[in-house]
Amino acid sequence: MMDALSASFAAQDLPCFHCGLPVPPGSTWSVRVADSTRAMCCPGCEAIARTIVDNGLADYYLSRDGYSANGAKTVLVPEELQLYDAPEVIRKYTTGCDAPASESASRDALFCVDGIRCGACVWLIERRLATVAGIETFNLNVATGKLHVRWNGDSCKPSDILLALREVGYLAYPFDAAIHDVHLQRAGKALFRQLFIAGLSMMQVMMYAVPVYLATDGTLEADMETLMRWASLLLTIPAVLYSAQPFFAGAWRDLRHRILGMDVPVALGIGAAFGGSVIATLSGSGDVYFDSVTMFIFLLLCSRYLEFLARKNASSALDKLQSALPAAATRLPMYPANRDPETVPATRLLEGDVLLVKPGEAIPADSVVLEGRTEIDLSLLTGESKPQARQPGDMLEGGAINASQPVVVRVTRAAVDSTLSRLVKLIERAGQQKPALSMWADKVAAWFVAALLLLALLVFCAWQWIDLARAWPIAIAVLVVSCPCALSLATPSALAAATDRLLRQGVLLLQPHVLETLHRTTHMVFDKTGTLTGGKPALRDVAILGTADRTVCLQIANALEASSAHPLAHALIEAACQESAHASTMFADKVKSMAGKGIEGRIDAARYRIGSAAYVEEITGIPLHDTPADDATSVYLGSEQGWLARFDIADQVRDDALEVIRHVQRLGKQVILLSGDGQGITTSIARELGIASAYGECLPEDKLRFVQELQGKGAIVAMVGDGINDAAVLRAADVSFAMGSGAALAQTHADAVLLAGRLSAVVDATRAASQTMAVIRQNLAWASLYNAIAIPAAAVGWLNPWLSGIGMSLSSAVVVVNALRLRRIRQPGVVVTSASDADALPHSVRASVSARIGA
Amino acid sequence: MEALYLLVPMSVIVVFFTIWLFFRASDSGQFDDLVGPAMRVLQDDDSVQQHAAAPVSSKKTKRSS
Repeated sequence: MMDALSASFAAQDLPCFHCGLPVPPGSTWSVRVADSTRAMCCPGCEAIARTIVDNGLADYYLSRDGYSANGAKTVLVPEELQLYDAPEVIRKYTTGCDAPASESASRDALFCVDGIRCGACVWLIERRLATVAGIETFNLNVATGKLHVRWNGDSCKPSDILLALREVGYLAYPFDAAIHDVHLQRAGKALFRQLFIAGLSMMQVMMYAVPVYLATDGTLEADMETLMRWASLLLTIPAVLYSAQPFFAGAWRDLRHRILGMDVPVALGIGAAFGGSVIATLSGSGDVYFDSVTMFIFLLLCSRYLEFLARKNASSALDKLQSALPAAATRLPMYPANRDPETVPATRLLEGDVLLVKPGEAIPADSVVLEGRTEIDLSLLTGESKPQARQPGDMLEGGAINASQPVVVRVTRAAVDSTLSRLVKLIERAGQQKPALSMWADKVAAWFVAALLLLALLVFCAWQWIDLARAWPIAIAVLVVSCPCALSLATPSALAAATDRLLRQGVLLLQPHVLETLHRTTHMVFDKTGTLTGGKPALRDVAILGTADRTVCLQIANALEASSAHPLAHALIEAACQESAHASTMFADKVKSMAGKGIEGRIDAARYRIGSAAYVEEITGIPLHDTPADDATSVYLGSEQGWLARFDIADQVRDDALEVIRHVQRLGKQVILLSGDGQGITTSIARELGIASAYGECLPEDKLRFVQELQGKGAIVAMVGDGINDAAVLRAADVSFAMGSGAALAQTHADAVLLAGRLSAVVDATRAASQTMAVIRQNLAWASLYNAIAIPAAAVGWLNPWLSGIGMSLSSAVVVVNALRLRRIRQPGVVVTSASDADALPHSVRASVSARIGA
Repeated sequence: MEALYLLVPMSVIVVFFTIWLFFRASDSGQFDDLVGPAMRVLQDDDSVQQHAAAPVSSKKTKRSS
């Protein structure tokens, strides 16, 4: 790094000085650091490096031992950060502001900080925070990435703190301690303590046990042996009473629910061995097994701790997603005078506010429709799967999703009371399901345990006949050596590890069955727009069909599409904004959109339609003589007077689409392309990507019917889509993926969300699915083999209790460690995207994503 | 060998003392961040350390309950 500092500035062949990514040719971003000019790859890195230097913190570059995180994602968005300053939002994640005169009080909050890589980062963050006025104290926990700050409400706002961190290149989110993993953290701390106590106790008890084992007859006095036994007893007490708590609690919980979980034989084994040893110590005759008890507890806690670490990693990535920006709402403060929108946090909505809710968005608060007819999707709230029609005057439930038309609504109840409480319920519901495979394993384990208890009893009775003295230790050995844990751990630990790894690759699994089903999939259906293609289509050409000129046509299109969330609408709006220097003065009212067809609206008393040729023809009444380009989507514009224009909108195929299709085909799965776009463009894209079956002009019902027919023939269908029109088919498919950049409606109906918006994440998911299934099979095979050998061996008396303890703990560890292999991403060259990609998502997505994740 | 009659009970006492010490350290937040202190100790100037708060883990657990 020092060499890099002293090296002279050579324009384009050096990587970005800040983040180490290649500098694109022709870029001019640079910052003077330590007396020489350093090239930067993007304005984000440039801004961060400049702030660091300007604050006199250039030493950071001297002491860091790796490149910094790329700055592009932390590009400053002060308006968004100000959402955190709203009193209602602050209340959610801070303490110390409950008192009425709260403004001047000092508050404290926890923030998640992303991107800490080395000691220099810690130094930089602490230096920068020390210069923020109003911060009283702060404490950065590097291991967990949590920053605890106490600040003065008068002179400092949360956004100042977040902005200060962003300026030096770190993303931070408020961490809502009330909902999130406090429970998990506390459990982890307790487990760590229990592990420590058990280890300490085991080591010390072993010190007393070894001389007894080694002693030949007569070398150890009886008094000494009694003393050692009493000492062992005393030291085993903390291990049994404190460290073994999780096993006793688990066994008690299982028995109360009348099920036989894996904790039951464990608790019985510990209890029997300890009880027997205590009796032997008190009476002064018989064998003691204190060493076996402590070792068993310690080793078992070790494998528990491993499992806990795997789970914690998975949840810490989820935390970062959950702590993303508060859900936003689009408010129309001047309504009905004009419709200038502003973005406000959903928690700040008050009774009487007027909002615009676009199709695909969640309704931020309970409200009543003022304008527009729509259908809303209540499936997440009530389970009602049929969309419900709503017209002016009807109630809209907060948390439901607007499924078809943009509507203007008036809030009837402050959001705090309704939506949020419902969202919390949603989170709980989403987190409660267990995959079928896990449930199966649990059921098998319960039978296994029942059989085991019976066997232990039989063995005990049998040995009463053969050799009375050995009956007790052998029964204990049978209880301890068996490993229902391996059976019970095999599936959940593999699934947890795979879920965690996929999250780091940008795939959020919402339903528990995804990996299982994906592995069995025979057909994979792709949507085109926004899925195989970039989803950011751009206007390529305008063909004038009537008398109006290009600018007028674009302005009309802009007015009609203004409230649509469809990607084609974005392309038109963008083109209109670019072409006319001053803002458009046209407004459309009575806007009505038909899914898959187009939009109708009234501008200056004339009715216009924009959309498919057939839809527009209904209004123009004149047949169309036009040959659209077959590699672009044609959107037609017409009024009652006749045809106006044809917009050719072309969309780029995603860079990774070809690779994804090839991969899926290599796996022997059928690839099908279903698109709402014209047959011509669909076929041309399919040809480009080597897809044999492609069907264009599919309405949502057609897609649904197509998939259901496939399923009727016994196919297991995976679906990848992004739009509102895909929602139904996403739900119908056996397993479905929604693009992270797609509509909230699509995401709530999908089984998994591709957060980073990379299509190749589908490949990651299929790869993870097959690896997971392989690991589960290995684990189950190991568990069966181990139990088949060890239990008979213990029953005939070949194993003593302490050997059994080691065997059982090792078996659990093998299973967990094998599962943890899944967390490693073996594919070289695949960009591992971190959870900070959450920041690249639009608000609505993040809100709906946060709503779906179980804690 | 007679020394063992003293040493074995002493070792028991030492273990219990260790347990007590460990709980105290754990309660004070010693084990909350096992990464950061190793990084900070390598930094030359300690000016920010005086600015930073004492460990707040005990407060944190209170906050959440």
